[in-house]
Amino acid sequence: MQAMMLRRWLLWGEWRAHVPQAAAVVAAIALGVALGFAVHLINAAAYNEFAAAARSLSGESDLQVRGVQATLDETLYPFLAQRDGVRIANPVLELDIIVPAHANERRHGMLKVVGLDIFRAAAIAPDLVGIPEEDNLFDLLADDAIFLSPAAMEWLGVRRGDPLPLRRGTQVVTLRVAGGLARARAGQRLGVMDIGALQWRFRQLGRLSRVELQLLPGVDRDAFKAALVRDLDERHLVTQVSDQEARVANMSRAYRVNLNMLALVALFTGAFLVFSTQMLSVVRRRHQLALLRVLGFTRAQLLWQIALEGAILGTAGALLGLALGHAAAAAALDLFGGDLGGGFFSGIQPQIRFDPAAAGVFFLLGAGIAMLGSMAPAWEAARTHPAPALKPGSEDHAYARLASPWPALACLAAGGLFTQLPPVSGLPVFGYLAVALLLIGGIALMPRLAASAFSGLLSLAARRPLRVIPALALSRLANAPNQAAVALGGVLASFTLVAAMGIMVSSFRISVDEWLRHILPADLYVQTAAAGDTRGLTPAEAEMIAAAPGILRADFFRSTQLALDPARPGVTLIARPIDAADPAATLPMTGTTLPPAALPRDAIPVWVSEAMVDLYGHTPGKRITLPIGDAPRDFVVAGVWRDYGRQFGAIQMRLSDYRSLTRDPLVNDAALWLRADATAEDAMASLQRLPFGGVLDISARSRIRALSLDIFDRSFAVTYLLEAVAVIIGLLGVAAGFSAQTLARIREFGVLRHIGMTRRQILALLAAESGLLTALGIVLGFVLGGCISLILVFIVNPQSFHWTLQWHLPGQELAAVALALLLSASLTALAAGRRALADNAVRAVREDW
Amino acid sequence: MTGRARPRPPRGPALLAAGMLLATLCWADAAVDPAAEAEPAPRFAPVVPGTPLAFPADFGAHPDFRTEWWYATGWLEMPDGRPLGFQVTFFRAATEVDRANPSHFSPKQLIIAHAALSDPAVGRLLHDQRSAREGFGLAYAREGDTDVRLDDWHLVRTRNGHYETVIHADGFTLRLSLAPTQPPMKQDRDGYSRKGPRPEQASHYYSEPHLRVSGSVTRDGSTMPIKGTAWLDHEWSTAYLDPDADGWDWVGASLDDGSALMAFRIRGKDGSTIWAYAGLRDAAGRFTLYEPGQVDFQPRRTWRSPRTGAAYPVEMQIRTGTTEWRLLPLQDDQELDARQSTGAVYWEGAVTVTRDGRPAGRGYYELTGYVRPLRL
Repeated sequence: MQAMMLRRWLLWGEWRAHVPQAAAVVAAIALGVALGFAVHLINAAAYNEFAAAARSLSGESDLQVRGVQATLDETLYPFLAQRDGVRIANPVLELDIIVPAHANERRHGMLKVVGLDIFRAAAIAPDLVGIPEEDNLFDLLADDAIFLSPAAMEWLGVRRGDPLPLRRGTQVVTLRVAGGLARARAGQRLGVMDIGALQWRFRQLGRLSRVELQLLPGVDRDAFKAALVRDLDERHLVTQVSDQEARVANMSRAYRVNLNMLALVALFTGAFLVFSTQMLSVVRRRHQLALLRVLGFTRAQLLWQIALEGAILGTAGALLGLALGHAAAAAALDLFGGDLGGGFFSGIQPQIRFDPAAAGVFFLLGAGIAMLGSMAPAWEAARTHPAPALKPGSEDHAYARLASPWPALACLAAGGLFTQLPPVSGLPVFGYLAVALLLIGGIALMPRLAASAFSGLLSLAARRPLRVIPALALSRLANAPNQAAVALGGVLASFTLVAAMGIMVSSFRISVDEWLRHILPADLYVQTAAAGDTRGLTPAEAEMIAAAPGILRADFFRSTQLALDPARPGVTLIARPIDAADPAATLPMTGTTLPPAALPRDAIPVWVSEAMVDLYGHTPGKRITLPIGDAPRDFVVAGVWRDYGRQFGAIQMRLSDYRSLTRDPLVNDAALWLRADATAEDAMASLQRLPFGGVLDISARSRIRALSLDIFDRSFAVTYLLEAVAVIIGLLGVAAGFSAQTLARIREFGVLRHIGMTRRQILALLAAESGLLTALGIVLGFVLGGCISLILVFIVNPQSFHWTLQWHLPGQELAAVALALLLSASLTALAAGRRALADNAVRAVREDW
Repeated sequence: MTGRARPRPPRGPALLAAGMLLATLCWADAAVDPAAEAEPAPRFAPVVPGTPLAFPADFGAHPDFRTEWWYATGWLEMPDGRPLGFQVTFFRAATEVDRANPSHFSPKQLIIAHAALSDPAVGRLLHDQRSAREGFGLAYAREGDTDVRLDDWHLVRTRNGHYETVIHADGFTLRLSLAPTQPPMKQDRDGYSRKGPRPEQASHYYSEPHLRVSGSVTRDGSTMPIKGTAWLDHEWSTAYLDPDADGWDWVGASLDDGSALMAFRIRGKDGSTIWAYAGLRDAAGRFTLYEPGQVDFQPRRTWRSPRTGAAYPVEMQIRTGTTEWRLLPLQDDQELDARQSTGAVYWEGAVTVTRDGRPAGRGYYELTGYVRPLRL
């Protein structure tokens, strides 16, 4: 009972006296937990909604048969419908169709339109059946009717009976809104019409997107699937709903895991803050704690006491973090959408739902890390012999044990080793472990580095006369390095993270910028629209573009999607004019390229993006089979190019090869070079005067570049935010560390006052100390951060996104952050000193009984 | 392929919508509003009097007409001698979608099929229905000779004139062979069958009475050989019902003496009889035609359905000229309530027939439009 009271009294006394420190710890933990939890909630919401939307599109089917290419031949439908074991075969044509009124909305100007045979779909996907007016039941089969989900109606601003213009190639097809759907998910933008009408109106005669199968009861699905896969050729995929979910999860996994890792980094910084605050608190209370031991507190009780302090702070921080994270997730969903600007999920409206399991995990992470952070100080407090601890001036010994270099060196060595290990199930697990080990090792090595650095400086300074303040500051730092190191740790951790992330993002941005310059050689780029399945220029239209005034040269592109693996997002196939002798003229090649002489005669050359090498093993020179055209054909990988636009892979081939294989005459995009005497404005104007000019999206190279970099910046908005958080946590650490340390040195300052130093001089001493410390922290943080950035650029990025980057140092930005950190650290130290020195010097010395 | 029944949650509005569409197509839309005939929508062929039936071509489908059906009904006898009624119906309905659409999915023709089994031991009808758009060889009604298919349901007339039908229904499977014993019975005036006061309110209509049935019925996993007698109607039309019509009462009976009777009346919304007809062909092939004034339907007993609340005149007295016919149902509940699937509700059942009080034979009796008017 008495022990309980004493414990409570101790806790309250400590926290009441040091509210800012306690608040900083709580805030740091809260920020880390909030970030991780918010990222998790946002992604879970988006993933669930996306998966549910995908599921509602497949209805109650057991299996789906798709084409590796975007569509498959409709003759597959009767083949499947009559196969033994099939109860219902539901043919589906699903198109993303551009809505002219919304064509300028990036990624969102498209309406997903599903073409169904109501007689088959009513049993297998009842949600997707349109609800016509009672006296217009024929609208279910009408060739001009479309049924829209509520979200689609709201987005398009139409009601039953309104006309709805949709784009087909360069033309516009106007449909009639005939009603709503039986059931649609909130926010799901979807249109449904008769499959025959959709095939006809949008030039997809003979094509299907998939055939959904419901099997007879008692049919073994796996055996049926295996037999079906054997009977279909490589142009077909047999998938289950779980494959779709895996695909959705794969889409955002790398992005999500990386964000979660960043949140862990924030938590780590928070843990470090707990460690430094608790360490200083233990040091400050040495007499108090020693007295407690003398009064009969056991070692275990003392250990428990300090650990409990950390746990309580951690619990408060974690709870606050959960609340903050939930609120932040809701706000971020509203502002950026479910992919935080990453562009993986669109056309859906995710809802944040509280996730108890995840909340538990993040709570334990926050509280546990705080407890872990206070374990070392607690251990230290418990081990101390009470008698020597009661004597003054023993503080630095408290840190001595921390100065052993071997654990730190072991961490660094292990980190170095981990950089050599491959990814684990597509994730750079060891890369992140290496980052964590480098961080821990670097910080643990700090006291030693600080001591040798400042001793070196002191001996250097000793050669010529030094003024009293710098001399005092240096000797203090050199001779009590352990205490200094704790304060230094905050600066180091913070600046390391800033440097690492800053270098990584800047490397990425500059790589993307250079890549854009390479892939955008022409003056003008023409698209029939942003994207969609129904775009395309006919050969006659392409010819008219090439012949427009001012155009010197026109290259046309055809891009389609290939689903090579049902569990992965689609691969983009781009057909365009490529010179096999010099692919680097059109593509940003990396590594070696097969010369035309080395290409086998019976295989068609393709050039693949880096992701294809990682995901599908398409190494240069390898012969591969791709289902392009009527039958699977042999191709050879002639080279690898860098692609920051499609992390799931892209394949380029010559347009002439593509056309001879597929007889597909359409093209999507064009790159135009202007005559020397033509201006971009004139050329754009003449293109827009073409009969179909109104639907052409013509952009100058500079606009595409600006737009792409804008997308990049949006995607990395979260990283910028995290850098800011790291800086804030770092500054909080500096504030807590310095003020605690300054308060712990009240007696020292009292003595200095007694021997004649002015308050001003003592403040200058503090400023010098903190300046020197921060400067060292920044220098070391820069080195450590540089090393970590190497891991991020050369290991984490290629392993999670399958692209390589060039390393680049954002010198000015880092210098600015360093300066700000230096300044704020000195100001913090000054503020802390001012408070400490406000007390009477005599009283301060008298504490030394 | 037995035991296809798979418990499914009720579909609610989705299927209802699909079903009502079918109901519209196969029954009611045949009622043509004179004003609507001026529309440029696909023009269907009119039923013209004096067009002689030409076999075997007229056994096959007539896609230029709006609606068409092959309607086989009959009495079966199980090995233990117990009677069983059956109905197998294939409908073809032409829609008004644009004929220019080259898509193979274009729903220009729809195929709908109903099948029912009437077993007094069950106490009600076992029934199932299917629907699909014509195409891909999965569903079709072929021209040239009877050949209708809807997935794994089909009815086909073979070279020797037999009809073969296989129906894998929910709860039973029918494999029947129907062998003609008499030539087709051309209804009304040489197959031109009037349904209302206007001459275009008519159909082309022939019946195949006294079909000898052999085959099997599979129920609950056991297959039983059966034999019996059936009646097949084949009728095609573009304008069937008068706009004022409510529904019809119909009977077709193969009588024990080798003669065949077909009679119907079209009921008006006000309870009146809009049109009535009867045709009697004796074993020697002599055909007697009864004009609307000579045919009179008098309900003798009604049965109210516990499901739909509709009151059906399950016992009917029919006077043709001076002859009194009486229809007695095999069981009262032979209602085919398919509102959750095809939207149509009708009574279609096996009946025994008496002629002037003496047992005369067995037939099938159909009552439509008792839940709501057939024109939706």
